[in-house]
Amino acid sequence: MLTSNGGKIIMSESNLLKVSGLDKVYDIKKLMMPTLKLKALTNIHFHVDRKETLGIVGESGCGKSTLAKVLTKLEARTNGNIELIGKPFDSFTGAEFHSAIQMVFQDPYQSLNPRKKAIDIIADPLVINTQKSSAEIKDLVLEMMKKVGLREEFATRYPHHFSGGQRQRLGIARALMLQPEILILDEPVSALDVSIQAQVLNLLLELQKEFSLAYLFISHDLSVIQHMSDRIMVMYLGRVVEYGTRDQIFNNPLHPYTKILLESAPQTNRRENSEHITVKGELPSALNLPVGCAFEPRCPYAQESCKKSVPLLEIKQGREVACFVAQ
Amino acid sequence: MKIFFSELYFELKKNRGAMIGVVVIIISVFIALFAPLIAPHNPTEIFADALRLPPVFVQGGRAGYFFGTDDIGRDLLSRLIYGSRISLAVGFSVVIIALISGTFLGVIAGFYGGFTDRIIMRLTDLIMSLPSILFAIVIVAVLGPGITNAIIAVSVVAVPNFIRIIRAQVMVEKNRQYVFAAKLFGASSFRIMFIEILPNCMAPLIVQASLGFSDGILNVAALGFLGLGAQAPMSEWGTMLSDARSFIESSPWMVTLPGICILVTVLSFNLLGDGLRDALDPRLKKQN
Amino acid sequence: MLSIHVSKSRTKMNDTLLNVENLNIFFKSDKNPEPIHAVRDLSFSLKQGEMLGVVGESGSGKSITNLALMGILGDSAIIKAQECTFNNKNLLNLSEKEWQKVRGGEISMIFQDPMTALNPFLTVEFQLVETILAHIDCSKKEARERAIDLLSQVGITSPADRLKAYPFELSGGMAQRVMIAMAISTSPKLLIADEPTTALDVTIQKQILMLIKSLQIKNNMSVILVTHDLGVVSEFSERVQVMYAGEIVETAETKKLITYPHHPYTYGLLSSRPGAIETKPKSELPSIPGIVPAFHHRPAGCQFNPRCTNAQNDCLNQTIIIENGLRCLHPMAEK
Repeated sequence: MLTSNGGKIIMSESNLLKVSGLDKVYDIKKLMMPTLKLKALTNIHFHVDRKETLGIVGESGCGKSTLAKVLTKLEARTNGNIELIGKPFDSFTGAEFHSAIQMVFQDPYQSLNPRKKAIDIIADPLVINTQKSSAEIKDLVLEMMKKVGLREEFATRYPHHFSGGQRQRLGIARALMLQPEILILDEPVSALDVSIQAQVLNLLLELQKEFSLAYLFISHDLSVIQHMSDRIMVMYLGRVVEYGTRDQIFNNPLHPYTKILLESAPQTNRRENSEHITVKGELPSALNLPVGCAFEPRCPYAQESCKKSVPLLEIKQGREVACFVAQ
Repeated sequence: MKIFFSELYFELKKNRGAMIGVVVIIISVFIALFAPLIAPHNPTEIFADALRLPPVFVQGGRAGYFFGTDDIGRDLLSRLIYGSRISLAVGFSVVIIALISGTFLGVIAGFYGGFTDRIIMRLTDLIMSLPSILFAIVIVAVLGPGITNAIIAVSVVAVPNFIRIIRAQVMVEKNRQYVFAAKLFGASSFRIMFIEILPNCMAPLIVQASLGFSDGILNVAALGFLGLGAQAPMSEWGTMLSDARSFIESSPWMVTLPGICILVTVLSFNLLGDGLRDALDPRLKKQN
Repeated sequence: MLSIHVSKSRTKMNDTLLNVENLNIFFKSDKNPEPIHAVRDLSFSLKQGEMLGVVGESGSGKSITNLALMGILGDSAIIKAQECTFNNKNLLNLSEKEWQKVRGGEISMIFQDPMTALNPFLTVEFQLVETILAHIDCSKKEARERAIDLLSQVGITSPADRLKAYPFELSGGMAQRVMIAMAISTSPKLLIADEPTTALDVTIQKQILMLIKSLQIKNNMSVILVTHDLGVVSEFSERVQVMYAGEIVETAETKKLITYPHHPYTYGLLSSRPGAIETKPKSELPSIPGIVPAFHHRPAGCQFNPRCTNAQNDCLNQTIIIENGLRCLHPMAEK
């Protein structure tokens, strides 16, 4: 399929997932009150390819969870164009869709049904979406358990017998059963103990190579994002504020919010006498966004122009930034 | 599930009241099952020479009629033993009917919400707005007296409790991540409701089933007492009470004994229910 | 924007405020006849005006120790110690009445989730004024003035308006500020902060940590900062102790510990943090194998031996004692 984009012809097959102009607006209805529009996502665009990881960073309320819901069809989008493996997003239904995009959840204690055995949890996607015999399914499940580092004898145990790290391995195994192309990882290690996080991150890296997976890695932990991602998208209040390669974002952040985020992350190897910058104030309500740049009320570099209109994403120094001040 | 019940038993063992309840229930189930072997006489056999005999341990009692006889000469002990069959069967049927229909409606109401929920909940409000026995009487009056219709009436009255409990639980569970995960690999709504969510709602359901059992027995006995339940010559405890009403002064054992039977059975199911509630509650907290 | 000026001359760092020797905490359990040994052989001291970082994963015993210091562990706990003195008071034999004076008065605590620590049905004013009146002898009006003053101290803008707010009207960061205001309302000598920023976003986390640090310096208050994140302690506390499976495995000045971790566990924690050492992106991270042992499945010998790369035969059965701030027979070599 060929599409033209600004005079240039782009092979859209090259992108496994391509999102452009994605909006998600929630209607908040209250009795006797006018319907409020909550803009959870505004004009999001990105793409991700095979074997590639796109890191999505932002604090609570930035829209990263809504994005995951839209991409997994748990919620419908309001506007925008999504292409999956070169075909329109909406042409995918049922098993075809489920074996294209899968997801690993943040909380390994809530995302596994406490009343089901490990083997049934992992087998469910196959039981529902394929006509395989139960013997075949059992073989596949045991094989997958081995791949994610779970011993065979764990198969008949219930989730509460597993540790956090093992539960997350179960969740990963379940997500991989339908051999998806794209895996959305929603804070996959933030609920785990520090000494366990590295184990799970290593597993994810290994699996990415083995299955040629594309990852959308959502996290608030910058050191994890830095280690895992090829490209990074920084979000603030439902908008992309900066989008570039890992090195661009981490070595030379342009958007003030990216800078502050990097500066705020606790580090064990901070330079001597480095300046402690903190950002003032907190996130404004998404129902009552500022007229101008959403970050302007908290931004230490804000100018008059920032209050008047919303900065759009522009290419600066090879990456996209939405800021009037950044050069 | 196996672990669930073994842990439940562990917790329950610590509660003396619940254990007494369990023992009494086991004994009464045993009596009901082996009634023909235990009962000294046929419960409907009339001994014309032994009208209104007092129990054997009271002056005037006669060996062979341990708890005495009723006004037409039937052995009271045998009638009580056979009565336990009816009471337990009634309690069991009421719970099964109410449990299945209540669970089904409750899960649907809780899961879908919106219009479906409103319809189901208004219906339960309607049933619960009348005293349950009154409502049961209305139903029996429409369907006609008899033990089957009494069971249906009492079940209908018991359904709202189940609906409410299940609905509340489903509304909590449906927002858990494992439900989202199931949606992500394409599980149908039916599968999510009854295979993913329902097993996680068992705890309050078990408690309600135990309490519903005693309610059922009590309500059917009450209908029997009003002459709307079991019909003669069936030896149902409530009916026995009602028949003995006119002899309350002259032959008090005829009223007392069925009354005690009802009391003990209902009490033991309530004890078990309360024990189950205590045993399951901390578990629920741990899960959250 | 806050800035930190550590003026060492003003803070008296020599008086020992809290001294704990050989603290052991056991829990009675229904299922086990033997009580569970949750915290073993814990000794540490804290000087007036000092911040001590306590790092550990779940099951390390760090939260249990805090609750013991606050005297709120409950009846199933058995606490044994050679010494446990706070401000020249023996905490081990305080009556409940004396505890009430210490708790919330001289020792305050803030928790991970400020939203559950605040009563959702009462206004900030009610809860804050209540706390002040419980510990300080003053009129209601004075208490209210103090409450406003405290809120502005913890960086809440328009404090008089905020007093009327209910907890659900506050953001997570704001609620944690209110909790801090409540905690410092009685001018405590010791503030225990149990994972105070785990539930917060990074930019807010930084704000809260800076606030705690500035209050520590301004009020010459001691702080125990409990966290699972080595990054947090390394930037804010003077000294740090690492806990594993109910024991202190290593304790040292923060900078020393971060630069030269001696205990294999500390080393593993540090190096498994992405970005802590120069690793190639998307390359395999060094990781600690296995999991933290549960309370009732503690190994014999060194608690870390099943996961340790340096473990040898002598680690397997003898109890390892802590020497010079290190509980290890085969520490990492200094680079």
